Formats: sequence, structure tokens, C-alpha cells
Amino acid sequence: MSAATKPASTADALTMSGAEVVLRALKDNGVEVIFGYPGGAVLPIYDAIFQQNAIRHILVRHEQAAVHAAEGYARSTGKVGCVLVTSGPGATNAVTGLVDALMDSIPIVCLTGQVPTHLIGNDAFQEADTTGITRPATKHNYLVKKSADLARVVHEAFYVAKSGRPGPVVVDLPKDILINKAPYTEPPSTEHRSYRPQTEPDAEQIRKAVRLLKAAKRPIVYAGGGVINAGPEASRLLTEFVRMTGFPCTNTLMGLGAFPADDRQFLGMLGMHGTYEANLAMHGCDVMLNIGARFDDRVTGRLNAFSPDSKKIHADIDPSSINKNVPVDVAIVGDAGRVLAALIECWKKEEAPQDKHVLTAWWRQIDEWRAKDCLRYRQEGRIIKPQHAVKRLYEITKELGRETFITTEVGQHQMWAAQYFGFQQPNHWMTSGGLGTMGYGLPSAMGVQIAHPDALVIDIAGEASILMNIQEMGTLAQYRLPVKVFILNNEYMGMVRQWQELLHGGRYSESYSAALPDFVKLAESFHAKGIRVTEADDLDAGIREMIAHPGPVIADIAVAKDENCFPMIPSGAAHNEMILGEEQEGGVKGVTDEGKVLV
Amino acid sequence: MSENGNAQRAATIAVLVENEAGVLARVIGLFSGRGYNIDSLTVAPVDETGRISRITVVTSGTEMVIEQIKAQLDRLVPVHKVSDLTLEGPHLTRELALIKVVGKGENRVEALRLADAFRARVVDATTGSFVFEMTGAAEKIDAFCALMRPIGLAEVSRTGAVAIARGPRGLI
Repeated sequence: MSAATKPASTADALTMSGAEVVLRALKDNGVEVIFGYPGGAVLPIYDAIFQQNAIRHILVRHEQAAVHAAEGYARSTGKVGCVLVTSGPGATNAVTGLVDALMDSIPIVCLTGQVPTHLIGNDAFQEADTTGITRPATKHNYLVKKSADLARVVHEAFYVAKSGRPGPVVVDLPKDILINKAPYTEPPSTEHRSYRPQTEPDAEQIRKAVRLLKAAKRPIVYAGGGVINAGPEASRLLTEFVRMTGFPCTNTLMGLGAFPADDRQFLGMLGMHGTYEANLAMHGCDVMLNIGARFDDRVTGRLNAFSPDSKKIHADIDPSSINKNVPVDVAIVGDAGRVLAALIECWKKEEAPQDKHVLTAWWRQIDEWRAKDCLRYRQEGRIIKPQHAVKRLYEITKELGRETFITTEVGQHQMWAAQYFGFQQPNHWMTSGGLGTMGYGLPSAMGVQIAHPDALVIDIAGEASILMNIQEMGTLAQYRLPVKVFILNNEYMGMVRQWQELLHGGRYSESYSAALPDFVKLAESFHAKGIRVTEADDLDAGIREMIAHPGPVIADIAVAKDENCFPMIPSGAAHNEMILGEEQEGGVKGVTDEGKVLV
Repeated sequence: MSENGNAQRAATIAVLVENEAGVLARVIGLFSGRGYNIDSLTVAPVDETGRISRITVVTSGTEMVIEQIKAQLDRLVPVHKVSDLTLEGPHLTRELALIKVVGKGENRVEALRLADAFRARVVDATTGSFVFEMTGAAEKIDAFCALMRPIGLAEVSRTGAVAIARGPRGLI
């Protein structure tokens, strides 16, 4: 890399248009694919795209889907996802995707067109205050007002998106800046002036953590999406650390795959729909090690009853995540991979012996909780249980041994996917955790499939969520992306229906999916294959047919309409007040009035 | 955490930021978006090139909330440094106010007498009005305004607090 911000060469300094400078900057930041939708303000960039081959453009059918596709691409590869949309409605349509990426810490650079600089503020056609609108929707955003700043800003956007806690960055590009000549500068080799997040953990804090952990009688490791974001090596280190210590490990929704699901030390997911053993272990532990998770309300339940007797160690790359919801005893700021490497090294060096006997007692307790078999369900008769559909999907994909990526929409099916699909490795599970965006799964799967053309990519969906971005079936057809959409069709917005059953006296206000399309015909109209399964005996054949088909498929699986997602920590309840399904205890307790106000 | 985790305290926080478009909106948006209080906020460029601005924000909350505010400010991309002056030791806080008093006769005399006692300067005078300039702690300006109210207080313009740590240590 050449010195900082000098033009690449004086000769070509002003031979490139702004649009060409943008594309060159993308290329120099390793972009291979961009998800986008054209419009008036970004026509210069589309013209430049037309005249080059280095960057492939994927034309989506809605700008929200462009961002979700870039998220799927980013999460399955560890690279920055890149989006290109036009001004005004192009930018506003992208906002949901941007907030989704912000909440789940996904690195995205989103280029938005803007009206020319002299028209900004004039309520011009397709003008929106994009930087104003996206300020709280992004990690950072830029409006480029001078050609001289253009290349630097694009480079900086990539740096900001992927450094520290990753997130989405918007670069708003007025049309005149794209048309006028602009100087190109190489990505800077110098440090950013103000944004330099800490990645190396403090050695003293690591020592304090290890001392607590060595003396722990009832320890637990609680790992989240930060471990995934830190790269596959961090997941390997997490696994090494957990096996080395003999501690139980639980993952958040975002962290699934960071620790192998089939490992005996894995307690499953924790939180509102987490396992009985994970939540009770969190409640009863005496030392908790949180790595790359943020004590989200879906995880903690009622805060004043959350893990009341434990010393808490929290490692996070974002200092604002520490002591935000839950006060902790040892705070470690740093990259999850670096933290884990430091913990392993310090654990080996620390003289104090570990009391294996007390750990055995703790495991005995955990095994008792485990014996509840909280995810048990009974599949009998002709009607397919949704849990069974996910479980069979998992077992069949496992048996086939193909590399498999799972995305989901949002709702009951998402929780069943998290509970019954065993994730053995990181970056193979994409779900909208923080924002809970219905319509995330299909476009996200598109992005995954673009990055992994030969892999099996399945969107586990609900019949309501899938309709929120169903137009992307067109994108699948255009690019021959063999994404499989596996719909658990219970004809309800299932999670809404479940809450109405448990909290609102069974008054199913507007939660019935009336007037559903014929998903088989819908698939066919988009040049895809449609499969409908209604009988339990046909489930396996349907799944196999879906996987075997070389192109995109919608498999519409009719499942039990009134099935609820259990176990569940009701709103406003503590971990040890979780409710199990009928299989475990028969009948469901009510929710307190304070709980009802919570989401 | 301390036993009295719910006790509120005031905090005067100094923030050094890149002087770029939208940076103030980011800071203010952070406070409104996350439901923090702003008791006062001032901003101006403070280095010779005009690239760095200093924001002084006076806020209040529990210790946990104030720690959050500082961490949230610090992770904004254009923020260079966040300093909790209240926590870090002795510091000076000053505010500047321009205060217009309208009146005749004895009230004018009384206004000047009070201004003298408060070390407020007359910066504009007509036969029916004065504009006083004063600097000091917010409480002093409050007290001056309260005394002027019955005499003919017509208008007040205040800057909000600016603050700096005592002693030789600099923030940059």
C-alpha cells in the first residue's frame, strides 16, 4: 500500500469519473459482489458497472432485500457486504435492512444515490435526507459533498464497517459527485483519526477472570454473536477453552454454531425459548463468563432476578455493551478471539488447581435438568408437528453430508430452527436476532447462495414471513440460485397467535393468515419448483425431493396449526420460572401484569 | 456495583469531536434516542485549524446510566475523547449570559446596583433598558435573573455550561 492519501498517479488523477472512483474503491476493498437496484440518482454508477467485469452486480427486487442479501453474504463469508441503491425511496426502503445489520452487528457498506449537491434541501424529485434518516440506523454515515473526499470516504466506510463491533455504514453520493471527475486515492495505511477500537484485552482483567473461573463451583460459558463475528478461529478457541475447562457452554441465538451443538458440554440455546438446562444453569451458576453477547432482554428475562448469585465476567469488543443491562464484576474489552486466546494462555499458566469434584457435582445437577428433555414433542398421527419437520430436515441434511446453510424468517419457525437444527460450525446460521425482521430469510439465503454457489442453502420460513419479501423469488430465478424455501405453514402468524393465546385470552386478533397463495403455483410462476406436504408420512420424501432438485424450491409443509413454541420464559419472568410444554408438565401458567407490557 | 445504584448524580462531560457535518446531530440524537437527559450543551471549535470541536454536556442519571452515556459517546466514529469532568476531579464550570432589563426610574438604579453586586457588566444601554453580561456558575445567573424579574427582566440568552479541569493536565 502506498503512503496514505496521495493520488494513485497524477496522470490518471482526474481521468476518472466519481462513479469510476467508487467502483475502483470497492474493488480495492475486496468487493466482488454488490446487491442493488438502479434508479435516477445512481445511473452513473450503473453505467460504470456496465463497463467493467471485476464486480458482479445482483439485481434484487426490493432494496430491503438488497441489504438482507448483503447480510447473508457477509455472515456466511466474514467479508463486508455491499449494497447499492438509489436516492429517496431506494434509501428509505433500505432502512429496515440497515437497522437489522446494526442490531446484529453485520458489516455492510450501503451506497445510496442522492440528488445533485445544488438541489439538496430543495425537496427535489426522489430526494430524502438520507444521512438524517439513517443516522440512528447505521454505525456511521457520510454525505460526500466534494469530489476530493470521495475515495477517502469509501475507504473509510469499509474500515468503519468491519472494525471493532461491525455494523452498517451508509455513503450518500450526490449525482454530480458521481458524474464529475474525481481523484482516486489508495486505501490509507495510516490509522483512522478518531475511531480506533480496542481489540487486545487487558492482561490484568484476564488474570482476574481466570482466577474467578478456576475457583468456580458452578461455572457457565455464555457465548454470543461476537464470537462468530471474530472469525472461525474464535469459535475454535471457544471450543478449545470449554473442553479444556470442562465447563458447560450455552449459545445465544446469534452465537449458535460457535460451539458444536452435538458436544456433550453444550447446553443448547439460552433465553426466552432456550433449553431448560441452559436457563437453569444460568440462573444457578456461581461464575458466568459472557463472551461476545450483550445480556439482551430475550436472554436475561426479568433483570432483577437474573442469575442472582453469580460473579459475572463480560468480554465484549464494544465497551458500551458492558454494564448496560447487567452490572458485571470483571469487564474485558477486546475481540472475542483475542480474549479467548488470552484466557487459554492464562488458564494454562495460572497455578491454582481446578476442583474437578465440585464440577462433577455441577454436571450432575445439569444432567438432572437435562433429563427433563425440554424439547421433547410427540409426533403421532397424520398431522406434521413443526418441530418434527425441522428435526427431520436437520437429520436428512446431516445424513447427506452436504455443506448446509440455514437462514430463517422471524417467529415460531425461527425458534424451532434454533432449537432443533444442530449447528456444528460458525457462519452457517443466519437469522434476524436483534431487530426480528420478518422477510429476512429469503433475501439472506440469496446472499449466502451467491457466496457459496455449491452449498445447500435453506430458508426455514413461516407462511406469513415469507410473503414479506416473496418478490425475491424473481432474483432466485434470474441468477439460477437453488435456494430452498422450507415453509412451516400453520396458517397463523404463529408467535403472535401464541402470545394471544397465553396473554390475551385466546383472542386471535388479526393473526390468521387468510387468503394465502397456493405456494406451489406461486413457485412455478417464478420458474421454481413447488412442493406441498400435508401428511406426516410424506415429510421425508418431500424434504428429499426439495434437496435433490437442482433449482430453487418452495416446499410448503402444512403443520399443526395450534402448536406453541416451548420451553418459554414468559415476559417479566425469571430463568427459573420458565414454562415447559404439555409433554413435560401439562398446562401453562399465566403471565403477570408487569410481564404483559413487555414485548 | 455500589449499594445505592439508583442514586442520581449530575455529570459534566467534555467531548472532543471531529468538526464534521452532522456530528452535533449524532450526539444529540444519541441522547434523545436512548432517553438520556441533556441539562445543557455547548459546542465550538477549539483547535487552531478548526478541525476539532469541544462539546460540553451537562447531564444527570444513575452511575450506570452515566457510564453508558460516556461509552455510547465514545463509540461514535467522529469522537476523539470523552472525559467525565465531575468524576475526574476539581474543575471549573462557567456560563455566559446576556440579560435584558427594561424599566424606568428607581428600577434602573436598583438594576445597576444589583449588577454591580453580581459583577455583571452593562454592554448596552438605552433610556429604557440595559443589557447585562455576566459569567459564572449557573446558580449565580439563576439568582441574578430571579432578582431582576420584579425589576423588569425582559429577555435572557444563556450559553449553557463550559467546563475545564483544574491543574496542568490537558484533555487533548
